[in-house]
Amino acid sequence: MEWEAVIGLEVHAQLLTKSKAFSGATTKYGAVPNTQACAVDIALPGVLPVFNREAARMAVKFGLAIGATINHHSVFARKNYFYPDLPKGYQISQYELPIVTKGHIDIEIDNSRKTIGVTRAHLEEDAGKSLHEDFHGMSGIDLNRAGTPLLEIVSEPDMRSAKEAVAYLKKLHELVRYLEICDGNMQEGSFRCDANVSVRPRGEQKLGTRTEIKNVNSFRFVEKAIDYEIERQIDVLESGGTVVQETRLYDSDKNVTRSMRSKEEANDYRYFPDPDLPPLVIDDAFIRETEKTLPELPDAKRARFIKDYGLSAYDAGVLTASPEMARYYEETVRESKADPKIVANWVTGEVSAYLNRENKEITDSPVTPALLAGLLRRVADSTISGKIAKEVFEAMWNGQGDADAVIEKKGLKQITDSGAIEKVIDEVLAKNPKQLEQYRNGQEKLFGYFVGQVMKATGGKANPAQVNALLKKKLGP
Amino acid sequence: MFNKTLTELSAALREKQLSSMELTQAFLDRIDKYSALNAFITVDAERSLAEARVADERLVKGKAAPLTGIPVAHKDIFCTEGWLTTCASKMLANFVSPYDATVIEKFKAAGAVLLGKTNMDEFAMGSSNETSYFGPTKNPWDTTVVPGGSSGGSASAVAAGLAPAATGTDTGGSIRQPAALCNLTGLKPSYGRVSRYGMIAFASSLDQGGVLTRTAEDAAVLLNVMAGFDPRDSTSVDRPVPDYTATLDHDIKGLRIGLPEEYFGEGLSQEVARLVETAVEEFKKLGAKIVEVSLPNSNLAVPCYYVLAPAEASSNLARYDGVRYGFRAEEYSDLLDMYRKTRSQGFGAEVKRRIMIGTYALSAGYYDAYYLKAQKLRRLIAEDFKQAFEMCDVILGPTAPTTAFKIGAKIDDPVAMYLNDIYTIPVNLAGLPGMSIPAGFAADGLPVGMQLIGRYFDEARLLNVAHRYQQVTDWHARMPEGFD
Repeated sequence: MEWEAVIGLEVHAQLLTKSKAFSGATTKYGAVPNTQACAVDIALPGVLPVFNREAARMAVKFGLAIGATINHHSVFARKNYFYPDLPKGYQISQYELPIVTKGHIDIEIDNSRKTIGVTRAHLEEDAGKSLHEDFHGMSGIDLNRAGTPLLEIVSEPDMRSAKEAVAYLKKLHELVRYLEICDGNMQEGSFRCDANVSVRPRGEQKLGTRTEIKNVNSFRFVEKAIDYEIERQIDVLESGGTVVQETRLYDSDKNVTRSMRSKEEANDYRYFPDPDLPPLVIDDAFIRETEKTLPELPDAKRARFIKDYGLSAYDAGVLTASPEMARYYEETVRESKADPKIVANWVTGEVSAYLNRENKEITDSPVTPALLAGLLRRVADSTISGKIAKEVFEAMWNGQGDADAVIEKKGLKQITDSGAIEKVIDEVLAKNPKQLEQYRNGQEKLFGYFVGQVMKATGGKANPAQVNALLKKKLGP
Repeated sequence: MFNKTLTELSAALREKQLSSMELTQAFLDRIDKYSALNAFITVDAERSLAEARVADERLVKGKAAPLTGIPVAHKDIFCTEGWLTTCASKMLANFVSPYDATVIEKFKAAGAVLLGKTNMDEFAMGSSNETSYFGPTKNPWDTTVVPGGSSGGSASAVAAGLAPAATGTDTGGSIRQPAALCNLTGLKPSYGRVSRYGMIAFASSLDQGGVLTRTAEDAAVLLNVMAGFDPRDSTSVDRPVPDYTATLDHDIKGLRIGLPEEYFGEGLSQEVARLVETAVEEFKKLGAKIVEVSLPNSNLAVPCYYVLAPAEASSNLARYDGVRYGFRAEEYSDLLDMYRKTRSQGFGAEVKRRIMIGTYALSAGYYDAYYLKAQKLRRLIAEDFKQAFEMCDVILGPTAPTTAFKIGAKIDDPVAMYLNDIYTIPVNLAGLPGMSIPAGFAADGLPVGMQLIGRYFDEARLLNVAHRYQQVTDWHARMPEGFD
């Protein structure tokens, strides 16, 4: 039988507010445990939540960016369950009436476009962290994260493969970073993904029983975990079994998913409206004001890069993968006034390769747009060749100053003096009488050999165009 | 001096007839002398006297705020920095609050001296003060009867002259019912008038802080201090606070007082009815017009309340889990066992009963039938009041159906206990301001209170009506024998 997978994703994006969702404590990551948890966060007796409207602004921004409905009236509810890193014994979340409903995100798979529905995006608070190591058999609780605002983004079950799921997740990731509402750091858990997976015979309308895979912390693992889960469910069904509705955890070391808890063991969260918080009211003025802060969105930026800079769809995609990358590229184009395609080659080539090698973000590149632009200007005005430019780039990367300084210090200035080049050509021809004879006997491909020898003799500094022209003249017809 | 009003004490302090140190010491002595009432959970003479000393310095410098040097007792539900704040529960028996409730901050800013933390029903769940982990509080009018609850310690303390005034909280009658049972003036302001920040939550949508005093005038003085918007409480209401003392003497001629027929029916003791009716005659003499009104859904208030309040409580009390502060069971095998033992041992029977009821009411499959239904009833009850207030300016009735009952009489019959709040609960459900003021004494010598209910944020009118009544009667001025 042919099977079809049905996948929906739930993404928790930590919002980049300065303070927490319901308290004034800071949301900075990485502080000493429990130093960023105030009375409200640790749920002392008597404390009350006060909603941080900045989180609502970010949710509205997201809603507008995915063409969703912004609900003028949404309600905070309590999701009740006991866990040591949940200080109040309930999480404040939106349940029946979320702030954002019915949006969509377009993905591209094998050059065809597909629209993935976003059912809802709702505001909620994060829990703290349980630390199970280094406490002599006990567990430690760090409440620094408790109360950090999250936007939970729930998709429709519109994806049919792990690839589509990853494409959707990447688009979403790119979008929240563009909107500057989430830093997207999957390692630190500020962008987390749960996947709902089921399979059904192709052509069947009814959904199969789904399982939920929890907290997979990289795009690669999302793909692997979903693929594994699809295969597992098909195996179960094909061997006559039934899929059990349950929550499963992905083990990236073994590349398997494992049962965490079944539906029967699932909590009854006893949701009810939080009586400490009035309904969240969003008026048209607030929406209009927020709309004005929307940046150029990734799809629009990509289209503009293709149109204005004449880039290929692929290059445009790479250069708009993050707002920082796009900013880097456009700044370099602006400062260098070089051919945008050449700039694109540098950014997707040299710059990206160095970043990858050192596992750096574009914003941490030691070669800034200004430095790169300076280098490209020297290529454009023939001070150096494209090949030497790579050497200069490496020196700039290692902090040896700007292009001019490196060229000067290393004496890399291109040789454009015809007399000097001719002299070298003469020497090369004199040293290679055998090759010269072969060339004259019709082995014209040896021309390249002579060019190479001249370049080698000048340490790559001779202007290649001039070398070609002068050599042609010397060898004559 | 222990039966003087705040206004009188304040004048005496300003005129240097006595110091705050002397005054505070005198009340501390009485608290000690009458400790058998068990009205206080925590008394810390040294701290209180230190505050009194500071107050005296301010008085000498002539920099006195409205309450400078006046000792005030606080229900042990208000978080007080550096003081034990127990909510009368084993669960918090060791909890020293690191912060002040907004109400406490406001009293401090007004110069009041913190006299001690009063006894109460555990987590404010009870109508008799018998559910306290620290033992029942006794009623000074008869030490074999209850003082009411849950603000029973505050009521007993003020009634016995152990404190000139005390704070309380009222979720279903917890200020008004003990005020009635102890011959005091008790005021529960409109929901949102007084900040709930730092007031340990029982049922968030119903809880409201207020006061127990000797007179309406004292209540007005204290409400001036407590009321106001608090950015830390999203349910507090941002509207101007009038000077509640300014309108106390207004004439009430022509005032329309509504008597809800449902408040004078079955279950009301004849003596309470008779005394309230006598008070009505007094109001007529003051020029008020009496109109009949109806609150047809009143009979639904108690069942509605006993779904909503426990539902909220079941969630509010989830934080007492033994993880971060408060009580934790001595021995346990794993996390779940720690939760079970901590909460089984840390909470008393009534609290556990309500957590169970509330958890049930919110459970999948029952939510619509209980919680949602109760929310609908709540709106109907509020609508009743809205209708009634088109006919009248103030509603008057009994506060409690009977005088104080014997300690132990109802503790094993929760429904009988709950019915004690039949007249007060609707007011919380509607979020309206309510007061109880003394209306006389029954044949058993126990005090009877009557309830005044006002429109939203119409506390000034309630205080005005109560004050005018207290100027022509002296029930409120009577002290229990042996404490006078």
